[in-house]
Amino acid sequence: MLPARTRLAVAAGHAVSRLSRALGKGAGASVGGKTILALDKGAIAAMAAGRPIALVSGTNGKTTTTRLLTAALSTVGEVVANAGANLPSGAAITLADAPPGRRAVLEVDESHLPAIAAATEPDLVLLLNLSRDQLDRVGEVRMIAARWRQMAATLSGATVVANADDPLVAWAAMAAPKVVWVAAGQPWVADATSCPSCSEPIRFADGGGWVCSTGDLRRPDIDRTMLGDDTGLRLPGRANRANATMALAAAAVAGVDEEKALAAMADVGEVDGRYRTITVGRTTARLLLAKNPAGWHEVLDLLAVSRDPVVISINSRVPDGRDVSWLWDVAFERLTGRPVFVTGERWRDLGVRLRYAGVDHEHRPSVEAALESLPPGRADVVANYTSFQSLIRHAATAPEGATDAAA
Amino acid sequence: MPPPDSAVGIVALYPSLLGTYADGGNVTVLEQRLAWRGIPAEVVTVEVGEPVPATGDLYVLGGAEDGPQSLATDVLAADGALSRAADRGAVIFAVCAGLQILGTSFSVSGGRQRDGLGLVDIATRRGERRAVGEILVEPTPDLGLPMLSGYENHGGVTARGPGVEPLGRVAYGVGNGDGTEGFVRGRILGTYLHGPGLPRNPALADLVLSWVAGPLEPLDDSDAAALRDERVEAVGRGATSWAKRWLDRRSRVARAV
Repeated sequence: MLPARTRLAVAAGHAVSRLSRALGKGAGASVGGKTILALDKGAIAAMAAGRPIALVSGTNGKTTTTRLLTAALSTVGEVVANAGANLPSGAAITLADAPPGRRAVLEVDESHLPAIAAATEPDLVLLLNLSRDQLDRVGEVRMIAARWRQMAATLSGATVVANADDPLVAWAAMAAPKVVWVAAGQPWVADATSCPSCSEPIRFADGGGWVCSTGDLRRPDIDRTMLGDDTGLRLPGRANRANATMALAAAAVAGVDEEKALAAMADVGEVDGRYRTITVGRTTARLLLAKNPAGWHEVLDLLAVSRDPVVISINSRVPDGRDVSWLWDVAFERLTGRPVFVTGERWRDLGVRLRYAGVDHEHRPSVEAALESLPPGRADVVANYTSFQSLIRHAATAPEGATDAAA
Repeated sequence: MPPPDSAVGIVALYPSLLGTYADGGNVTVLEQRLAWRGIPAEVVTVEVGEPVPATGDLYVLGGAEDGPQSLATDVLAADGALSRAADRGAVIFAVCAGLQILGTSFSVSGGRQRDGLGLVDIATRRGERRAVGEILVEPTPDLGLPMLSGYENHGGVTARGPGVEPLGRVAYGVGNGDGTEGFVRGRILGTYLHGPGLPRNPALADLVLSWVAGPLEPLDDSDAAALRDERVEAVGRGATSWAKRWLDRRSRVARAV
């Protein structure tokens, strides 16, 4: 039974949430969760008590890994999860909607993870990767790693499932009492070239290992290797195999049969609009989210398998990061020679970047306008966070009956 | 192919340490603007453990987090080639942490003050608040530059010694912290402008290049000019309404992490 104060806060949060939805202000989760936390600062801890909780955090792959882990854990019981709402308000409304005792899987913003972990006492913590993202808001990525390390030391009741291939993640997770080390890869190493512990250079081996040049810090021994590309996952690309491997490792710790877990994960075809296919005009377009250099690194690999036109949409609102300097960390040179269209609120920054990359491009007022101007065929759309959100809200058609509110 | 000694030698210093804010884009811009004019250039990228070329024409440093900034300073001091290059009049373009490294001292994690390379008489201490946001700079008139636009993200307050001119005066944003931005001393130029600074400000790129390659023919930079106008307008919109101004102040005072 929840404390009276928490029950009151939850009732108020639900009321505000319903009002917000009725007024057409969106799904209402954020404002409902904020109401709960405003009325009862301890609500998350109270609502987390007595239920198993898995937390998923990292710069990239949080939402997808949360979805995959939810699918895997659902093979043995009912699971609640937050759909992309990864701030404390999202955790609050998700737990408020969950029956007592039910397993929860929560994706958590990197900078909020220590506080959420302290409040929820999770049994599973998945640490995916850390790289530069939203430097104006989040600050330096090493500071996040240091705060994760402090948190890890306090996780006495949890198994940490950590990406051993990312030196920042590994250094943080080494402080935890119990860790399952996964070789989930981290092709983007530009944020881990100097040791998080002593700042000396880190050397990366071709086989995936890494070691500080002092020899004092190195990749931990691996407990689980990366899934191959023959597992039948519908989600494309290396990054999603990494996400699935992390989710599978966590599901195994929770006692789930791995074959069943893998079958359930293989069935996930899109995640909150990511990888969805839409049809606009005579063009069938695949929607991809990329919001930072590490994410783009993986997406450029996905794009490289075809010569289809690419539409890129870039915004710089608060959730995107106000600073778009990061566009210069992306190897857009790889798009040379194929049709490229630029849009979004910061299309001019992108245009200048593409000129120096030697990539011919044209501006269009919107993604839809770009797709409508194409001859019949396929295309890829790559958008960063808020431009992706507005895109899936306005997506003309959504095969498979999917909607952007899919939970 | 022209003989190698006629190519402009650009040295990108430790991009994996000094590249947090995508300042590697500055090197791309310098190289491309020479290439578009048919001027041969050779970019040498130096990482830790590799010697800094002694004969470069133009050395480029970018922004960094505290640990990598300190490491870069240590290896540059031990190598010595950058100091010798400065003595012989080579051009150095340095951004943010790179700017601080060239000075006599700067502060690192925990507020500790440490020595820089001392190539320029500037000193940086930790400010009370981190400066994060769009920045506009009215350049020092004798540089002949238009208004500069960029994005700053730093916790440093930089004081210039006698004889070290600023790059300009801050029209919007924080810069050095005393109303000025960056510095110019001889052929060494430092700035806090990210964005990165050179694609956002092609005239600044050409000023630096002209110190190496002489007078340069103009290029079509209409896209960058339109981008600059857009950023000036975006900042201007923030300054016309008191509510936006208040919000802007709140959002610029980022949590000191």
